Amino acid sequence: MPATYEPITTQTLGSAQASVTLSAISATYTDLVLVVQGTSTVDEPILMQFNGDTGSNYSWTQLGADSGSGVFSSRATSQTSIRIGFSSTAQGNHIAQIMNYSNATTYKTNLSRSNKGAADVRAIVGLWRNTSAVTSITVIQNAGSFSSGCTFTLYGIKAA
Amino acid sequence: MAVTYQLIETITVGSGGAASIAFASIPQTYTDIKVVMSLRASDTATQILLSLNGSTSNFSARFLIGDGSTVQTGTLARYVGASTPSSFTASTFGNAELYIPNYAGSANKSYSADAAVETNATGAYLTFVAGLWSDTSAITSLTLTGNTGNFVQYSSASLYGIKNS
Repeated sequence: MPATYEPITTQTLGSAQASVTLSAISATYTDLVLVVQGTSTVDEPILMQFNGDTGSNYSWTQLGADSGSGVFSSRATSQTSIRIGFSSTAQGNHIAQIMNYSNATTYKTNLSRSNKGAADVRAIVGLWRNTSAVTSITVIQNAGSFSSGCTFTLYGIKAA
Repeated sequence: MAVTYQLIETITVGSGGAASIAFASIPQTYTDIKVVMSLRASDTATQILLSLNGSTSNFSARFLIGDGSTVQTGTLARYVGASTPSSFTASTFGNAELYIPNYAGSANKSYSADAAVETNATGAYLTFVAGLWSDTSAITSLTLTGNTGNFVQYSSASLYGIKNS
């Protein structure tokens, strides 16, 4: 049976970093799954950019709940990145699926689930208004850093 | 290419039901583990609960749940998601997924869980859960229970291991 769910790259931080770039993503898969796990120095949004694009080409909508606001939903358009989660100084995980990432004809969408214990749970849909194939992903800790030991793993999923 | 997303074990509940579904002796050779569930309760239980390494302590979780008309949030330790109680449409089983990254590591263990119950009737739940087990032990066993009662016959859970290399 052919392998249809394969690791592409993984990074474990040896020291705190504000961002991590996973590059040289081949076009041989159908979808991508990004798994981020660990802690951060701040409680702030976790952001994602594709192919180094820092233009206002991203948008997102989220549904979530936390201890302060209860249930909430919000959205943002013409952003310079997609929100994929909300970090914590306690252990959390953030899982983003990027669908049909390698085609050169459609804008790219992603779905994320972000989890930090009893503090925060959310689901987020994101859009990158660009038809280019995704060849690199930069994960950014807004206003702080990912802590040492934080792991970033990218998997590829093949439809066949 | 090595297989990196691998079925470790599937457990299907037999005649008479079972109070729990337990995966013992989980290999430490993967990076993450994932449990895919199809569950129905024998009574009014609406909760799927988690224990790790036989422990029910030091868990915390936040849930976001919708039932088709209202949405609410709260905290419930060990919570994985909503299950299907016996009062819901016969033969309907709820689905749930539990993902635990770096389960063999030495940090506290965070988890992500989603669960869905659909019955072609008013009984329905969609649940997102963020959970944390504040324990640095490697996870070697995992047990699922309802808050009361049993899982009925044909309930099942599959444990997968995922490697990052």
